[in-house]
Amino acid sequence: MTPAIRLEHLTKAFDGRRVLDDVTLDVSPGSAFCLLGRSGTGKSVTLRHIVGLVMPDEGRVLVDGEDIGALRPWQLARVRKRMGFLFQNAALFDSMTVGENVAFPLRRHTTLSETDIQARVMAKLDAVGLARDAHKMPSELSGGMRKRVGLARAMALDPAILLVDEPGAGLDPITTREIDDLLVAQKAAGVTLVVVTHNIPSARVIADDMALLHEGRVVARGSVAEMDASADPLVQAFMRSEAGG
Amino acid sequence: MVDRVGAAVIRLFAPAGAFALFAARALVRPFAPPYEGGEILRHLFQFGLRSTPLIATSGLAIGVVLSMHTRASLERFGAESMIPAGLAIALIRETGPLTAALLVAGRVGAGIGAELGAMRVTEQIDALEANAVDAFHFLVSTRVVACALAMPLLTILMDFAGMLGGYLAEAVASGMSWRLYFDRSFTFVSYADLLPATLKTAVFGFLIAVVASYLGFNTTGGTEGVGDASTRSVVLSSILIILSDVILVRMIFFFYPQVVG
Ligand SMILES: Nc1ncnc2c1ncn2[C@@H]1O[C@H](COP(=O)(O)OP(=O)(O)O)[C@@H](O)[C@H]1O
Ligand SMILES: [Mg+2]
Repeated sequence: MTPAIRLEHLTKAFDGRRVLDDVTLDVSPGSAFCLLGRSGTGKSVTLRHIVGLVMPDEGRVLVDGEDIGALRPWQLARVRKRMGFLFQNAALFDSMTVGENVAFPLRRHTTLSETDIQARVMAKLDAVGLARDAHKMPSELSGGMRKRVGLARAMALDPAILLVDEPGAGLDPITTREIDDLLVAQKAAGVTLVVVTHNIPSARVIADDMALLHEGRVVARGSVAEMDASADPLVQAFMRSEAGG
Repeated sequence: MVDRVGAAVIRLFAPAGAFALFAARALVRPFAPPYEGGEILRHLFQFGLRSTPLIATSGLAIGVVLSMHTRASLERFGAESMIPAGLAIALIRETGPLTAALLVAGRVGAGIGAELGAMRVTEQIDALEANAVDAFHFLVSTRVVACALAMPLLTILMDFAGMLGGYLAEAVASGMSWRLYFDRSFTFVSYADLLPATLKTAVFGFLIAVVASYLGFNTTGGTEGVGDASTRSVVLSSILIILSDVILVRMIFFFYPQVVG
């Protein structure tokens, strides 16, 4: 079966400093993949490669078998519509209300009526527990709330692939659980997930497979059980850590 | 040595090349769909309508000042009756277009630089791209079109406000009537004075929006970078306005020889 996402020997440097070094990963369709690693090891950069916001110096990114780097702009747009992306800092459009942020992809890419769009927006906001905040501006929200709006926006078009950068950051433990449950439900509905997280308990709930990035290299990857069984001290340190940021 | 000079030349011209490419794209891209009419209207309102108080008050003040100068020089020749026409021609041909453009560079250019700069550093531009939206088209084309359309309209406002200011000064100095003032203003003004001078400001509007968008799009370095982008937008677009004016005025003289005579 073609992997939903395949990263082949990705190498990327910024200003002469190598940030990703020969990263190779496969994510099978409908599975959940957790990317672990300390801050600054290239997790966000890896995720940005998948939507083509960053192009690799070497290597390829394949989404459903299509080489992202070889696509024409309109073809890339077509692939991007199948993917939802939650940015680490949420990246909400701060000139729009919460509701307009979530409606944005629907307005751009569907022919739904205004009534249908509103219903869809409310359903997505409800899923992240923010149904009552649709009229607020992003500047009025806490970091955790912004993150959840970002997730609602990422899910607006019901994407087949959902890429999520640190969903738990800034959330209280109860909300973290709710977001974990939401992501698990997405997986159950057939969505392919790639989740960057520091939170091992969350990762255990969500993930089928994991990889640990360290200084731009994949130092370990496998199922949750395989990671638990790893003898690598770095992996051990990660898998044994309880909560996290 | 040659290498060092070569490297310096490249360092100097590489950004200019990138800017030229960006400007060329901004010139062509608006003509392809989707046309983003809603966004263009929103910016027209933002740049145009909301600049009217600034342009109108400045125009009024400049009209008063110009009128005082015109009176001082024409009185010497006993040509007071030419004051309205002298003022109108000075305003319409150059003072109105240039002043309006520099004011818009200050207000709108700074705004675009800061807004797009903030969108860059908070990854909102990336978010547009990730949402399968052509960020250049959505953010830059729309602002460039709106700014190029707003600029001539604001210039006409400036010209009229200036003439009103001139009338007020003249009414105080000589008690001239409104009717007579405007009749005399337009006796010597032709379309060749008004049309090219007003339309050239569309070029100024284009330059303001393109420079500010370019600097905003390429902002790095967080909040400080946003401030830099905003300031540099004003400085660079003002310089380009004045430099391009030299070329534009030469072109107008070439195509409308009657303006010279
Ligand atoms: N656009 C960029 N330009 C320069 N350096 C970058 C850029 N994006 C990321 N980096 C650098 O790459 C490294 C990895 O960043 P990132 O992927 O955000 O780490 P994390 O694993 O915490 O998500 C960091 O050192 C960061 O400074
Ligand atoms: Mg990160």
